[in-house]
Amino acid sequence: MDNIVGTKSRLVWAVNLCALVLVLLWTFPTFGLLVSSFRDRDQISASGWWKAMFPAEASVQYRAAGPDTAVLKDELYIIEGNIFEGGAGKVTAFGTSIREPGAHVVGSNAETRDGEVLTVAANGDFKITSPSVMEGTRGMRVFATTVTPARFTFENYGRVLGAEGLGRAFLNTMTVSIPATVIPILVAAFAAYALAWMEFPGRALIVAAVVGLLVVPLQLALIPLLKFHNDIGIGKSYIGIWLAHTGFGLPLAIYLLRNYMIGLPREIIESARVDGATDFQIFLKIILPLSFPALASFAIFQFLWTWNDLLVALVFLGNSADQLVMTGQLKNLMGSRGGDWEILATSAFVTIAVPLVVFFAMQKYLVRGLLAGSVK
Amino acid sequence: MEQFVMAAVTILIGVFGCICYFFLSNIALDRIYPAFGPNAGANINRASQIRPWLFMFPALALLTVYLVYPVFVSIYLSFMDAEGDKFVGVSNYIWLINDVKFRESMFNNLLWLVFVPAASTFFGLVAAAVTDRIRWGNFAKAMIFMPMAISFVGAAVIWKLVYEYRPDGQEQIGILNAIWTGMGGEAQTWLTSPVVNSFLLMIVLVWIQTGFAMVILSAALRGIPEETIEAAILDGASPLQVFMQIKVPQIWGTILVVWTTITITVLKVFDIVLTMTNGQWGTQVLANLMFDWMFRGNDTGRASTAAIIIMLMVTPIMIWNIRNAAREAR
Repeated sequence: MDNIVGTKSRLVWAVNLCALVLVLLWTFPTFGLLVSSFRDRDQISASGWWKAMFPAEASVQYRAAGPDTAVLKDELYIIEGNIFEGGAGKVTAFGTSIREPGAHVVGSNAETRDGEVLTVAANGDFKITSPSVMEGTRGMRVFATTVTPARFTFENYGRVLGAEGLGRAFLNTMTVSIPATVIPILVAAFAAYALAWMEFPGRALIVAAVVGLLVVPLQLALIPLLKFHNDIGIGKSYIGIWLAHTGFGLPLAIYLLRNYMIGLPREIIESARVDGATDFQIFLKIILPLSFPALASFAIFQFLWTWNDLLVALVFLGNSADQLVMTGQLKNLMGSRGGDWEILATSAFVTIAVPLVVFFAMQKYLVRGLLAGSVK
Repeated sequence: MEQFVMAAVTILIGVFGCICYFFLSNIALDRIYPAFGPNAGANINRASQIRPWLFMFPALALLTVYLVYPVFVSIYLSFMDAEGDKFVGVSNYIWLINDVKFRESMFNNLLWLVFVPAASTFFGLVAAAVTDRIRWGNFAKAMIFMPMAISFVGAAVIWKLVYEYRPDGQEQIGILNAIWTGMGGEAQTWLTSPVVNSFLLMIVLVWIQTGFAMVILSAALRGIPEETIEAAILDGASPLQVFMQIKVPQIWGTILVVWTTITITVLKVFDIVLTMTNGQWGTQVLANLMFDWMFRGNDTGRASTAAIIIMLMVTPIMIWNIRNAAREAR
């Protein structure tokens, strides 16, 4: 349609550029976190994640082996070693004092105050020589400016899943979200069918009530329901949170499913009725299979919502290891390990990994659900 | 492991319980009012009057217990004292109006209400418009839509890294400070500087909600009848004019829907504030204030009062939604 007046190449460029800027703006924060989760603690505090792809320049300090390890050769006491200790990297300059860490060119000889001579090669090999016996108990400090290639590690993931308790929290989150997704579907589907295809007084009123309940803030429900759960003996337990999620998810489920079911062709349902099918049979054999797209949409919504939820879990579940969900764990980590970005970034990525997979695999249904679910 | 067994059993009980309930209640109804015999006609009528309620009973029961009943209990509790034992009249409301933190929350909520829906809708509209015209539009859409799948807590971590502060002289690892110092500024502790920090929190929600706005608006844009655009182009309208004067007015209704839906999300915003600043440094919002009084203050009266205020702010949109839905049903 837009190319009726011929292609306007400048406009096309502008549109492409605008889209590119938007996409970059919207992805860079997540990307930064992903990159950070593969870097170790020192790398993260040494440079921004955007520099992770490039070789990193750093000032390092290395303590050589102690004087007692010096070997005598050609009347010189020698200590040798490598400041990368076998790792990859390149030295661009070195020095003998903290005040001038890069005073000497690679390969040159630097003399220290006590008459020792230090030389460092580009690959990190260093050699300390002294005509007399070296004194002291500790090794000499070697300062160097190094360039190390980009390096990534999976260590954070192992640590986070094990020691930081996120593996357990992952299981807890699964325990919360799977039943909380499955149970409302059936309950809602029956109600939606009644509201879409059965005639009875008060139907419009109930539909209106469901639309109204869609926006009731959860905050309102927390205190009364916590009291209610305590009164009936559920307390803070999985049963409680399943029921709560089911209740909170129902308005959207009923609304989505009813909107979808009402759009199904009337002829199919009526001909089934004429053939003597009961409402129960029509529902199970015709409506339910035909409503699969809507059921899938809602299932994705509810799964994402229960997986990502923090508020309901904080209120209806306890804080113990066997009840703490991932979002809660992540919140705790933000408090206790505020500066440990390798832990935070990796934990955050573990918590958002499953929703992201679901999102990319089922995006079609999610979009469909959004389009049907926003009150038109 | 035990937990998984429990979850699996719950799913089974839930699903089979539901099926059994529907199946058995249906059979029972057919037994009580058989569709044959002397009163067949009357029985069928009566059964078909009862059947919808059988179908709806579990859903209605859950909705009543989990959404309707709490509204009334909350209203009741808001007139009671901290433990919910003694009637204290409107003193919770009077306290609320005079509370500094509440005023701050109201002010911030109003800022959020203006900024987040406006920015999300604007960016969503721009994103919808440009991604519909390019070849890699679907990929671009998926990328902008992606934050929708990320939890608020996850988003908070993601953006905290963006806003991270390192003292001057150290290498900045937060991209905002890196850019800021790169332009010659002095590194800032962004999240503790009042007003700016509120906007930085809002950006997180805008980032999440833009994808939603884009998806809905993009569908609306594609639904515009081609003739109107064709006519405008033939009349010599520029692409920008076509967009602003032909397309946007036609999707005005959808824009309003997007706007109100995001407004509701904004009113309930909680996780982002709790995890990024916990309402300190002038960033408090109503939902977090309510949570504060519920768990740290242990005062159900004040917490309920704050919740009622949120409910009151949602109510106009609720009524508007119901009227729209009713009009559509007609």
